[in-house]
Amino acid sequence: MIRIGVDVGGTNTDAVVMQSEKFLGGAKSPTTKDILSGVENAINAALNEAKTESKDVKALIIGTTHFVNAIVQRNKLAKTGLIRICLPSGGSILPFADWPKELVESMNGNFQLVKGGFEMDGSEISKLDKKEIINALDELKKLGCDQIAISSVFATVRGDMEQEAFDIIKENSPNTNISLSKNIGGMGLLERENAALINATLKPLAKEVVESFEELRKKMQFNCSMFFTRNDGTLIQSSEVIELPVLTFACGPTNSMRGAAFLSKEKNALVVDVGGTTTDVGEVKDGFPRQAGTSVTVADVRTNFSMPDVISFGLGGGSIIDIEKPSVGPQSVGHELTNKAKVFGGDVLTASDVAVSYGRCTIGTTQAPEINNKKDIIHLMDQMVEDKVARARTSSEKIPVIAVGGGSVMLDNKIDGLNVIKPPHNDLANAVGAAIAQVSGQVSKVILIDDKLDRESAIKQVTDEATKLAVDRNADPNTINVLAVSDMPLSYLPGNNLLINVTVVGDLKMENK
Amino acid sequence: MQKIISVDKDNLEAIAIGGAVLGSGGGGDPYVGRLMTNQILEKAEPVKVIEVESLNDDELILPIAMMGAPTVMMEKFPSGNEFTQLVSMMEKLMQKKVSAILCIEAGGLNSTIPFVAAAKLGLPIVDGDAMGRAFPELQMVSFTLGGITATPMAMIDDKGNGATFDTISNQWTEKLARALTIQMGGSAMVSLYPVTAKDCKKYLIKNSLSLIHYIGNVVKEHSFNAYQILAKELHGKHLFQARVRDVERTAGEGFTRGVVKLEGIGDFIGRSAKLDFQNEFLIAMEGETVLATTPDLICLFDANTGEPVTTEAMKYGLAVNVLGLPCDPIWRSKEAIDLVGPKYFKYDVEYKPL
Repeated sequence: MIRIGVDVGGTNTDAVVMQSEKFLGGAKSPTTKDILSGVENAINAALNEAKTESKDVKALIIGTTHFVNAIVQRNKLAKTGLIRICLPSGGSILPFADWPKELVESMNGNFQLVKGGFEMDGSEISKLDKKEIINALDELKKLGCDQIAISSVFATVRGDMEQEAFDIIKENSPNTNISLSKNIGGMGLLERENAALINATLKPLAKEVVESFEELRKKMQFNCSMFFTRNDGTLIQSSEVIELPVLTFACGPTNSMRGAAFLSKEKNALVVDVGGTTTDVGEVKDGFPRQAGTSVTVADVRTNFSMPDVISFGLGGGSIIDIEKPSVGPQSVGHELTNKAKVFGGDVLTASDVAVSYGRCTIGTTQAPEINNKKDIIHLMDQMVEDKVARARTSSEKIPVIAVGGGSVMLDNKIDGLNVIKPPHNDLANAVGAAIAQVSGQVSKVILIDDKLDRESAIKQVTDEATKLAVDRNADPNTINVLAVSDMPLSYLPGNNLLINVTVVGDLKMENK
Repeated sequence: MQKIISVDKDNLEAIAIGGAVLGSGGGGDPYVGRLMTNQILEKAEPVKVIEVESLNDDELILPIAMMGAPTVMMEKFPSGNEFTQLVSMMEKLMQKKVSAILCIEAGGLNSTIPFVAAAKLGLPIVDGDAMGRAFPELQMVSFTLGGITATPMAMIDDKGNGATFDTISNQWTEKLARALTIQMGGSAMVSLYPVTAKDCKKYLIKNSLSLIHYIGNVVKEHSFNAYQILAKELHGKHLFQARVRDVERTAGEGFTRGVVKLEGIGDFIGRSAKLDFQNEFLIAMEGETVLATTPDLICLFDANTGEPVTTEAMKYGLAVNVLGLPCDPIWRSKEAIDLVGPKYFKYDVEYKPL
């Protein structure tokens, strides 16, 4: 089965063609302003190298930073209103608490609180009032909100009030666009609600992006399904991206780590991704990135969808070197490396020049410059990487370090006493990660453990729910693997309330379109 | 250390960070209380912080706190009406107007909750607390050592249900109030240990709010090096730099018990240590040697970011700096050790002051 993986990065767009586990071909092309022509160029070049025709491709998988950029740049954000189902609780922290003011303004953020929500044991805080939902919707529409997000207290324990509110609104006003918090985030009302709001405000852009990619797919004569990659390294159908764009937010580092693990055939390893300006360090366990803790801040907003735990720092192939100090970066010539760096005939001394001069690698078009203290500078660069790798390690086990990204040629063969692997095609690891993405299901719930239900049965119950979710998303039931299980007792409360989290993954079931 | 005299949004952030440090790994995230206070400060004056000496002996001081599971507070926020109701219930019970709000627990979520009440009611807050850290049970306050009772106590939930308690001991108050907290949905707002300024002057752990404000600023400014400065300035001890190697948790009787195994890194390479926790970190041991025990504070900082780390965030691979801070001297008497020492938490370890 042939798949194409695409990664749209800030500088380059990469594409690879894979046949099951086999790498057939890949290419890099500069990212263009319209995005799509860059994607088209990269895919064509990759197909060319792979000697493959578009009709043989069974899946097209895209990783893109479109959506996170839109939030950071406050670009094309829809006017969004939130209905929080919580009263009488909840009033002490209103929606949009702790958001940057201009972001709220640029999305015309408004909200209404209504009666309802659940206690942690699933009993009702109060009844949902149909009239109140309709009034809240009218208020928000009057304020110009085109997109509606709905959150409810303990929606991760019971999602039915969010669903009920959804149904009430759809019944009265079928064309309303709605994002439900239960589909997006985990435990933590504010963080989950924030994620739902960001999702809602991105929906029109998501539709535009997905439609333009669909057009490109048809234009390029791909007769197959198109998917996008999620933050957790799994994939999501393009129709689902229109509903849940926020789930694709942080796919870049995830794809690169997954690709690195795949290319090196190492399931447990540290990954160092050296780009033009920055380096990301993370860890893969069982082929998937280790996830960050409970909350993640995106564009200054606290959210809680799952994201990889990555340390980023300012070292890249284009990092500018100060010989006198000596110092490395964080300023960089970035994508202008190939005309500004000395080894490419330019006049800026970069980290790449030092690496070539020291003999770590041979790149460029002209001879390496003479640098007297090159040893000190290379040592400094090695120190920077070593420090971050040491911090990302989670065991003294001698797991390998996989080096990926265009700048990885500069790295030493040992980092923090660990062997460095530079697998073939490591400059295309991101796109490979996209091409190999699987389907996931994740469920997080508080469950009371008592005589009727023991811990193991509770975990099984949550695992079954997660499996069902993955299968609903088109995972092949025979390939389902439990990726992560965690259970945490709620503290300061008698009784044994467990917060259980389960993530499962499976292979995509393939059908022709 | 500079005394804090007024709290606005900016210095509340530092207070929340410092509060998380004195949480000793427990007490919940002060972030929720900070957001609640910020919402009120949008339309209210900054909260005045006063010294207890500035009050007349007969004036009434009301501690305000949250009781129950901080995790519940991350999902179900208070209505916001609790504090006005709580104070009026207490004023009725005490038949006296309140002059100032008090923070009972300067560690964890309860380091910021009293600011919500103070901001809402326009009352000053006293610079001090009754623990100097976070503890899990409500009798574990300096006031208990002074024979001051937790009752009359009032409790209220987000739905507006209120209850008052009249009990025979602070241990009973803990038992009954904890049971009602469950029925209220897992978290409730409480006012307890109403004290006159005269009693408060005797048993208050003074300047705790200034202290957490200072700690928060050190963490903000020095990030992953903050532990070194705090060790020096607060006469503490850098106990360990390590990675979490194993975490075991068991739950029951309302409190999580756990053990964290640490493997030394940096200057501590080749050594290993063990932390026992029950919501808060209680005991740090290296082999058979006790490094620190409750009531002294065992505070963990993320070695990468410098942020305080809770027991709930303990996970394999996390790199931490372990800092021991001496508790307030009031906790070092025999009577106090019986109340909050290692034996109370069912560990067969003698308290050894840092």
